[in-house]
Amino acid sequence: MVKAIKRVYMGLVFLFLYAPIIVLIVFSFNKSKSRGQWGGFTFDWYIDLFKDRQIREALYFTILIAVISTVISTIVGTIAALGINNMSRLGRTIVLNINNLPVLNPDIVTGVALMTLFISLRIELGFITMLISHIVFSIPYVILAVLPKIRQMNKHTAEAALDLGATPAYAMRKVIIPEIMPGIISGALIAFTLSIDDFVISFFTAGTSVTNLSILIYSMAKRGVKPTINALSTLMFVVVLVLMLIINKKNDKGEDIII
Amino acid sequence: MQRRGRIAYPYTVWMVIFIVVPLFLILFYSFTEGDIHNIKDLRFSLNGYKKVLEPIYLKVIGDSFLLAGISTLICLIIGYPVAMIIANTDAKYRNLLLTLFIVPIWMNFLLRTYAWMSLLSPNGFLNRVLMWLGLPKLEIMPGKGAVLLGMVYNFLPFMILPIYTVLSKIDKSVIEAAHDLGGNNVVTFMRIILPLSVPGIVSGITMVFLPAVSTFVISGLLGGGKAPLIGDLIEQQFLSSRNWHFGSALSIILMIMILISMAIMSRIDKSEPEEERRKI
Repeated sequence: MVKAIKRVYMGLVFLFLYAPIIVLIVFSFNKSKSRGQWGGFTFDWYIDLFKDRQIREALYFTILIAVISTVISTIVGTIAALGINNMSRLGRTIVLNINNLPVLNPDIVTGVALMTLFISLRIELGFITMLISHIVFSIPYVILAVLPKIRQMNKHTAEAALDLGATPAYAMRKVIIPEIMPGIISGALIAFTLSIDDFVISFFTAGTSVTNLSILIYSMAKRGVKPTINALSTLMFVVVLVLMLIINKKNDKGEDIII
Repeated sequence: MQRRGRIAYPYTVWMVIFIVVPLFLILFYSFTEGDIHNIKDLRFSLNGYKKVLEPIYLKVIGDSFLLAGISTLICLIIGYPVAMIIANTDAKYRNLLLTLFIVPIWMNFLLRTYAWMSLLSPNGFLNRVLMWLGLPKLEIMPGKGAVLLGMVYNFLPFMILPIYTVLSKIDKSVIEAAHDLGGNNVVTFMRIILPLSVPGIVSGITMVFLPAVSTFVISGLLGGGKAPLIGDLIEQQFLSSRNWHFGSALSIILMIMILISMAIMSRIDKSEPEEERRKI
């Protein structure tokens, strides 16, 4: 009896979580423009989607910004984490507290604060300001991912490498970096997903000349429901699903090797 | 080794420029008035804050905290049993169940909200189904009900996951001991499981409440202007009305209220919520 109640309960929660997504996907193949009525199967909305220049451009900027900001924030974040680890206690506390601000502050505050900065400095909002903003909110997460790995690392390994005649750069490349690699990778993954998914901070810092997918979806949705958005949602959902499954599979394997 | 701390200096400078200075700018604009593009014209003023105290805006702020609070409570009520059920499932199926709860949050936040837009609209799918069943139409969109639903839908997994993490770490022998000592299920839950899961509840509440109270996407899309929240106000001040002073004052108020709620939460539990936040 208890088991049956549990099953029904879980079933209802899953229904709540998945029904909107499934309806969205089903209606992306709907011939009728109305959302409630089924008018037959069609791929038209997908064809429209690929013809749409605005969507292609937004997709391009989304990916471009995600890639550049991930690369930069992973490198800068890792170097900063290595430095922070060697700072005095007081310095470390101050830097980490400031570093946590973008993580804890609501996105909207980070967004308007950055926008205010750019406009006050008379920098025109556009690609560069959006990119900088993505780097600003990504680095803290990279640091938070890398720092614990540095702390876990045996201090003496790096010292031993130096004693054995390795130059600091060589010790860094051959000893320290491989040791903290799992942290760097998870930091990079967090940075990438945050950037791809970001709406709020981009919305305030992108200006009118560039848009990413999130901004485009928002402005399209504000004007009303459109079947092309359904098609776009379906594609994005499938792509993300496949990507995440691959990443998780890889992670599982990686862990197996370590264990 | 101490000298190696120097390689963090460039980032420290970056941090000051892009994290500290912008927040000080917000603080500065909140205490001034005048033309924002002309520094000489700016003078000290509390008008930004005075405007926050006007009844219409106080109501918006109150609504934001009320709606975010209610949605957090609903997430907790729905989510806690779910977390418990997952934690008690066979190890074989547990990961599958967890993945099923994580998959929806992989979908873009805007698209998840948009999905409800098309479900709830007056001629949308849900109303067609209700009509077909002979039930009355559901007219909650645009409005507060739809905003609440959107909040619960978007943030429910963020309540379930931290609670699950804590529950799954509870030593099973503690629970067995409670049973052996004569505690029935209710007593064991109230006196053992619930207190031990407080850290999970606290980080769950933080992870739902913070994004809910500051959102303008959910209220913008599902509320249709009928249920403006503090986030909508801030967005308007910076993007359409261009009243940065009022917008900044609102941002500062939002930050202070969030700080206060987080201080209350951390008094309930000393554990660090970031660890959980980052995992997702």
